[in-house]
Amino acid sequence: MLNSILRAGAVISALVMIMILLFLVVESWPVLTHISPLQFFTDDSWHPLEGAYLLMPILAGTLYASIGAMVLAIPLGMASALFIVYYAPPYLALWYKRLIELLAGIPSVVFGFWGLTTLVPLINQIHPPGASLLAGILILTLMILPTITLTAYAAFVAVPDEYLRNATALGMSRWGMIRGVVFPAARAGVVAGIILAAGRAIGETMAILMVAGNVVQYPDSLFDPIRTLAANIALEMAYAMGDHRAVLFVSGLTLMFLVMVLSSMAGWLGKNRHA
Amino acid sequence: MLGSKKFLVFCLVFFVLGLMSANAISQRLVLTGSSTVAPLVGEIARRFELLNPGVRIDVQTGGSSRGINDTRNGIAAIGMVSRALRPSENDLHGFTIALDGISMIVHAKNTVSALSRQQVIDIYTGRITNWKAVGGSGARITVVNKAEGRSTLELFLSHFKLRNSQVKPHIIIGDNPQGIKTIAGNPNAIGYVSIGAAEYEAERGVPIRLLPLDGVDASVANVRSGDFPLSRQLNLITRAPPVGLSQRFIEFARSEQVHDLIEAQYFVPIEAN
Repeated sequence: MLNSILRAGAVISALVMIMILLFLVVESWPVLTHISPLQFFTDDSWHPLEGAYLLMPILAGTLYASIGAMVLAIPLGMASALFIVYYAPPYLALWYKRLIELLAGIPSVVFGFWGLTTLVPLINQIHPPGASLLAGILILTLMILPTITLTAYAAFVAVPDEYLRNATALGMSRWGMIRGVVFPAARAGVVAGIILAAGRAIGETMAILMVAGNVVQYPDSLFDPIRTLAANIALEMAYAMGDHRAVLFVSGLTLMFLVMVLSSMAGWLGKNRHA
Repeated sequence: MLGSKKFLVFCLVFFVLGLMSANAISQRLVLTGSSTVAPLVGEIARRFELLNPGVRIDVQTGGSSRGINDTRNGIAAIGMVSRALRPSENDLHGFTIALDGISMIVHAKNTVSALSRQQVIDIYTGRITNWKAVGGSGARITVVNKAEGRSTLELFLSHFKLRNSQVKPHIIIGDNPQGIKTIAGNPNAIGYVSIGAAEYEAERGVPIRLLPLDGVDASVANVRSGDFPLSRQLNLITRAPPVGLSQRFIEFARSEQVHDLIEAQYFVPIEAN
């Protein structure tokens, strides 16, 4: 009985996933059949109503923003986790961890609102227009920092005590122990957390829509606006019809593909946990 | 075995219930047309259905031209058109339910008090990039444009006879509130939003200013009177003078009972006569 319930549950969740994928393919099919997929690479611009479907700057914008956020959030997150586990006095560690957990719970639209009313005007004073790749990266960093910190924290805590005792017995310094013992032992958990965070960064919509400027272009600098795949869908879906609607589903497919690559990377790293 | 029998009965009951409820809907009204008007008419239809049980109203989008075609062919009882009817369309009967106007807005600190039509075009196509060129302080202009497919963008482009690919924006926004917050946070930005939304926010102290266009102040009052150039009618159309359910729905859509719905979408209700 229990077995069949569990099996049914598993089948349903798998079906939902497959249905979503199928739905994306079916909805984007009309445009994939009568325009060449090459157009996503070679058109002059993204103006779906004028029949120009250049998707590449949007893909690039998504990757730039996510990678930029990872570059900032990984060191910060690792440092925070190490601080909590090995450096902070217990009472401070507790409060600091609670604060990070709170940061993880802030809804993305609140980040976006704060970014739009505070961060963007601030960046605008340095270099107009303010809404930019930089603003997107900073907001995304704030959003994925707690994910990285908390998963790294869990991985560090899970390192067996005996390893640490042995390291201490060998006379290793605290940093030597962290670098030589803790990092290798916690690697799989930390990497899984980073990939989870990357998935969140790639798929983030509301916050990035509000701060990144949404102009479809390859940015020349951090101060240029960009558009991401998720923001592209949210921005144009409400009023899109016909081919325009279908190409937005193509952005959805592309987004899905990116996340699939990431999650298979996570699976591969999980398999090699003890390698 | 018993389980599957029960399931079968369950399905049958649902099927019968479904048939009954389908029969209970005695009257059906189909509207097609403009994607600008459709969200508003959808809201109006929901309220009309609540007040008239047994009536089912189906609202489909597809653009103003689809609304006109479907109404002419009789596919739709009522069409939705987001512009005034043209002389070539005088076989149809139009009923204005609301007006839509958009206003150029700048930050309240901006010293430019008015822009000519050509100046707006030059700013949006990137020929003017500094406020100095139009009499303001020497700062770079941040051009705020709307996302592709939005009706505000469509009205803006058709008024200034631009194509969207000619516009060189620095920021692209989605809805009106986002546009207003973007301009309020950037003293050198220029954008355009629905007049209803802009006037509402400006009155509540948000630091934005509505720019007059061709010498006419941007205000809801001027949209209502028809003086403001950057505005259009939102119309319901029928093939023959409306009777029965169509007539009741059109009268309802033009009544004061839906003014709150019209204002919630930042459109301007017509004067009740």
